[in-house]
Amino acid sequence: MARKEMMPGQKRFTAPAILGDVAILAWFVFSLFPIVWMVMLALKTPAEQTTTYFKFSPTLENFVTVLSERGTLLTSVDFKAALISSTINCVGAVLVSLVVGIPAAYAAGRWKFRGSDSLMFNLLSFRFAPELMVIVPLFVIYNGLGLFDTTVGMIWVLQLVTMPLVVWILRSYFEDLPEDLEQAALLDGYSRKRAFTMVALPLVRPGIAASALLAFIFAWNNYMFPLILTNSGSVTVAITKFLGGGGQAYYNLTAAAGVVGALPPLILALTIQRYLVQGLSFGAVKG
Amino acid sequence: MSTRQHGAMRSADDTVGGRQAPTVSPARRKWRPYILSIPATVILIGILYPFVQGVGYTFLNYRATEGNVHFIGLSNYLQVFTEPLFWGSVRTTLVFAIVATVLETVLGVIIALLLNRSSLIGKIFEKVLILPLMIAPVIAGVIWKLMFNPQFGILNHIFHLGSTFDFLSEGRALWSIIMVDAWIYTPFVAILVLAGVRSLPKEPFEASAVDGAGWFYMFRRLMLPMMWPYILVAVIFRFMDCLKVFDIVYVLTQGGPGHATSTLQVNAYINSIINFNYSGGATYMFILWIIVYLTAQQLVKLLGRAQARAAGSEA
Repeated sequence: MARKEMMPGQKRFTAPAILGDVAILAWFVFSLFPIVWMVMLALKTPAEQTTTYFKFSPTLENFVTVLSERGTLLTSVDFKAALISSTINCVGAVLVSLVVGIPAAYAAGRWKFRGSDSLMFNLLSFRFAPELMVIVPLFVIYNGLGLFDTTVGMIWVLQLVTMPLVVWILRSYFEDLPEDLEQAALLDGYSRKRAFTMVALPLVRPGIAASALLAFIFAWNNYMFPLILTNSGSVTVAITKFLGGGGQAYYNLTAAAGVVGALPPLILALTIQRYLVQGLSFGAVKG
Repeated sequence: MSTRQHGAMRSADDTVGGRQAPTVSPARRKWRPYILSIPATVILIGILYPFVQGVGYTFLNYRATEGNVHFIGLSNYLQVFTEPLFWGSVRTTLVFAIVATVLETVLGVIIALLLNRSSLIGKIFEKVLILPLMIAPVIAGVIWKLMFNPQFGILNHIFHLGSTFDFLSEGRALWSIIMVDAWIYTPFVAILVLAGVRSLPKEPFEASAVDGAGWFYMFRRLMLPMMWPYILVAVIFRFMDCLKVFDIVYVLTQGGPGHATSTLQVNAYINSIINFNYSGGATYMFILWIIVYLTAQQLVKLLGRAQARAAGSEA
């Protein structure tokens, strides 16, 4: 690309270029060190939990403990149960978001209708709304309705995280899809519904996958909803319980739980890297 | 990416779908988008309802300990506005949000520019850049809490600070939390800006290179104005999120020591959930919501203008 030649610090092996590489390297040490440290801490034996060595013989003992009955007895946190309920809640929330969000995204992407902008803006405004504003009344409502610490309750509230994301990402996918394709299908005698399911939907499959995975990551990483509306029924809440509270802190168990809890988002992020930027800014301030 | 990004920056007016299938009656056509939006709207209302109720709380004396809940008008607001704790947390929140946003934006832009070169280092690091961003903020907080420990934290060990140096002491806690926030979110700014830089047209740069312009001149006069909308999107997202910071603060310090790190949302949490003062917490939250809403509106306006200007300078 010719343009690159004009960018600052482009020429190789000049002083600014080397300085730039050093700066970038420094950032990546800063960026990766905490993750490496957490993994190391998770691999140390319990006896080594307060040491600062970099040389040790790694063991998987902590992972076994965290995921077993023993870990539960030590810390009174059932991490395995939290892992399972986080998975169910997040997958459930994403599925509901897709079922509900795809039609809305299609409507908003294809037609300009009265209220479409305000529907979209309200969806986006939830992205910026402080969670506690809705959580406190929800907490009271949930206690009244018996939804506290239930799957239905969590799926409902996680919609706040997942649905806006799904709708905003998919709306731009549907907008970018040439309408002629569906018109052609209609002229071939397809019904509008079939034109949508047979033509439009398959074409936005990458968008659906990306938005679903990103929505899952955000739901998984959420802390405040499960903190208030469940009893440590999520990975993020369970992890903080390892840090102590009962007087005793289990540092390497905390680290092991942290590694396990961070794995699903990290793996998903690496698989959808290509779509991440668009998803993260999700239609940013479009319209 | 680049075509999509342009799509995302387009104004709403030129994206009107308009045309419809010839086979369906006009009446059904007219209602179709509404019918398709019904399920999403239902969920939206299900979540709007508690929001409205939350606003209602701010006019009540609602506490878990209070048997007689009734309307007390603006008393909660009057009480909040006379609390030093409230103004302290407004200050803490603003300091946090402004410093963190500026720091993350400056670092993010620098990283994006450095990664924009086609070097091998850039290619490899682009892949790992996003890792901290994908880890739950709570887990990030937990990692840093372990590293900040004065007795056996790795940071005190590496930098020979001794066991009396506490990253989370009253004077330092806010800055340490800003550092953790920068660790998580600088990559967010960097990848948005990087996407922007890559979608810039190359002609203006070639033209001014022919004219003999230096890189700094090009950066200041060409690149920065054209990148501004992308930078502003990142600033908007970061600033809005920083105003309602909770996760990392709660894990690292729970608002302490003293009230050194008690931001508005942390304070609202302590009020509502820990002290069962639902009305007090809701009042904090509603004020924060208004601040966030008004700031967002202004920033989005600014963004609209910046996009119009950038579109002008590209043409």
